[in-house]
Amino acid sequence: MAKTNSDLSRRQVIVTGTTLAGGMALGFVVPSDAKAAMPELSARYWSDDGGNPGEVNAWVVIHADGTVTLRCPMAEMGQGTGSGLPMLLAEELECDWKQIKVEFASVNRNIREKGVYGDMLTVGSRGIRSAYEYVQQAGASARERLMMAAAAKWGVPRQECDAASAVVRHKSSGRHLPYAELVADAAKVTLSQEPAIKPPEQFKLAGTRQPRLDSAIKSDGSAKFGIDTRESGQLYASIMSCPVPGGKLVSVDDSAVTGRRGIKHVVKLADAVAVVADNYWRANQALKALKITWDTGAAAKTDSVQFAKDYRAALDGPMVTARSDGDAKKVIAQSAHVIEAVYETPLLAHATMEPCNATVQLKPDRLDIWMGSQSALANARMAAELAGLKPEQVYFHQAYLGGGFGRRSNGDELRHAVLVAKAANIDQPLQLLWSREQDMRADRFRPQSAIRMKGALSADGMLEAVHIESACGSIQRSGNPSAAANGIDGTAIDGIGPSVPYNRVPNWYTGLLLKNTHIPVSYWRSVGGSQNGFYMESFIDELAHAAGKDPLEFRRGLTDRADSLSVLAKLEQISNWHAKLPQGQGRGISLVDNHGAIGGHVAEVSVDPQGAIRVTRVFAATDAYHVVNPNLVEAQMEGGVIFGLTAMLYGEITVKDGAPQESNFDSYRMVRLADAPDVKAELALTGGVNEAGKPKWGGVGENSVAPIAAAVANAIFNATGKRIRSLPFKNIKLTQLTSL
Amino acid sequence: MAKLQVNGKAYSLDIEPDMPLLWALRNEIGLTGTKYGCGIAQCGACTVLVDGKPARSCTLPVSAAEGKPITTIEGLAVNGRPHPVQEAWVAEDVPQCGYCQSGQILSAVALLKQKPHPSDEDINTISNICRCGTYVRIRRAIHRAAGKV
Repeated sequence: MAKTNSDLSRRQVIVTGTTLAGGMALGFVVPSDAKAAMPELSARYWSDDGGNPGEVNAWVVIHADGTVTLRCPMAEMGQGTGSGLPMLLAEELECDWKQIKVEFASVNRNIREKGVYGDMLTVGSRGIRSAYEYVQQAGASARERLMMAAAAKWGVPRQECDAASAVVRHKSSGRHLPYAELVADAAKVTLSQEPAIKPPEQFKLAGTRQPRLDSAIKSDGSAKFGIDTRESGQLYASIMSCPVPGGKLVSVDDSAVTGRRGIKHVVKLADAVAVVADNYWRANQALKALKITWDTGAAAKTDSVQFAKDYRAALDGPMVTARSDGDAKKVIAQSAHVIEAVYETPLLAHATMEPCNATVQLKPDRLDIWMGSQSALANARMAAELAGLKPEQVYFHQAYLGGGFGRRSNGDELRHAVLVAKAANIDQPLQLLWSREQDMRADRFRPQSAIRMKGALSADGMLEAVHIESACGSIQRSGNPSAAANGIDGTAIDGIGPSVPYNRVPNWYTGLLLKNTHIPVSYWRSVGGSQNGFYMESFIDELAHAAGKDPLEFRRGLTDRADSLSVLAKLEQISNWHAKLPQGQGRGISLVDNHGAIGGHVAEVSVDPQGAIRVTRVFAATDAYHVVNPNLVEAQMEGGVIFGLTAMLYGEITVKDGAPQESNFDSYRMVRLADAPDVKAELALTGGVNEAGKPKWGGVGENSVAPIAAAVANAIFNATGKRIRSLPFKNIKLTQLTSL
Repeated sequence: MAKLQVNGKAYSLDIEPDMPLLWALRNEIGLTGTKYGCGIAQCGACTVLVDGKPARSCTLPVSAAEGKPITTIEGLAVNGRPHPVQEAWVAEDVPQCGYCQSGQILSAVALLKQKPHPSDEDINTISNICRCGTYVRIRRAIHRAAGKV
């Protein structure tokens, strides 16, 4: 059996003692002089399973040529953490940012060294928020050891030394030593106490605008995504899950593909069929030619029309109280001015550009995995269990993710790959790739929901009470009916219960009824905010209109939170909010508290004489308190607008005969250049510390998805007097809506 | 035998004539910069240049590409120097996840060859999908590369 690249790579490290961190897959070339002065992320998968002579600790490798390798514990799926966390590490290490290289931290090492890289979980916009402390600590610790090593060499107290640009200097004598000459000693230093990490006010690199590290390798085709894995002797599999989630495979007639070129196996799983071939196209063509019989059960009698009715009916309760301030029921019952509305949103697919895939090589005592995962550590453990191996026998080679959005954390594709390799006894590398159709139909979708909202206004137009009843699919209960035992799933109430940007509504009730179907649901970029941002902020707009107030000023009156006010002020300024718009245009605003940050949008729309709507411009502002790299945060804000706008305008997965229907980009439409608005994104940071006295960091990867649907719907209202209460907008005929 | 000219190199491949060019590039030749996204010529992740024109390689049978010069993302740089469009992409930090960008860049190269100074309306004719929503920066990068192709 041929050696895999990773075998060779390990051997190469041993033979050459290369100072490149062990694990660069074979073929990685030390950058040329021209490139050496640029920080960069490795283009290749991470394959390391061992130490390295230049290591100061598990995070930092100092090379003889003065360059520094930094390890990133989180996945890179576009959100920029692969550039952001290394900036924090470099900030503490006091090295030259132009001289660094970044690679993904080893999952196997994390298993063997008891979590040295943390949970490696890249979800919930928590890359920086959850890891900044231990990443900064790792950098500070490495710097401290290097300084101790230098001080010992010179026989001077450590306090007489300082460090900058990867050099330790003895301040009074001017003696200095580069880090590269101190590594061996530094690695042996034991610190009696870990040094304190820098507060953001002391940052020199972090917080500054820097290029992303992976732009070049993502512009020349060299960045390796999981799908790009090519190991010696590799086979390819295409798979189809039962069209009705939860259904089972009965039988497969494979006579049509018997003897076809390149076909190696037809593999039956409990709920799916796979074809393994020497070329993916051959595998997928053969899969399409199989005659498959499924047992789809009672779920095959369900459809979207019924689901929509069921969710609306569920609004009549009984509700579980998720938030209760004051007495909203009573205030509303006694109010002379109550606004009430029902809103609803459908299931949505993630539709990452890179369809789910995993490449595995399963041997009796070792499992190699090449894939991009938001949850590499947990996926590795799951795969070990499926394969009957110990976690430390699994080598997970993290690749770039062609989008994640919450889809690429539970490892469905990896489960398939391991099960197929196991069932067919395949010990060659096997790449299992979901076709786009499989990827869309076998998704775990954004939950469907309906909501009834009531608001009571005082005579002078103040919002006295909000009363919300929500019927929503539970992510926590999907696949685990005993979860959320108290009836509250935090993902369902995010943005309508505890996390709203307003704190001056005296009476607030949020009730929740969790309602699941056989369709699996999961985390979808911005999670509860994806539907609740639309609901809450459209309704706030309805209330503002009913109160006869400017929508921005109405919101300002609902809060004295510095972060919310900061975002509102920024939006007011950059959108030129108070300027009059020409006839046929409209402007709408929204504000959310999502993933620990405040985000807001002002959207502008134009209406052509035929009534067609076009979103022309969006102004986005975010208060994430502190940010590592404004350039990349702004990119997330820009991209979030487009991601959320696709959902608002077009996003809908329908169910017929129990099966998700949309299967590709023809039926599941995306915003493209022609309908993408111009986006102007600006930060509105208020800094500060939390209750524990630690710097506040907000999440930025999802925040900007949540406000856009309401901002656009509110702009459409502003332009046309028509209120959008269900999504997607493509299903709405404005002419059939009553003007309000 | 399918005879393909990819990035100035000749390949003779023992494959079916109806195999889409995408899978010949990715599975047979090993050029993985061209991506699979939809398989139905919708998303454009598989865009390559055939005879200088943009083509969705996921639905183009190799038989239709034989004898014509094919350029993939790997063949865009000249003598190790990135193409002006690639330089503009890096200057604007266009990529996020990066998966669609090979196709976006090749579509932009084709547009700029035809219209060296494209208007926003011209740019709107590019129908490649980016799920991360990098369109704002794609537009900026194309304007930046104007006149350089």
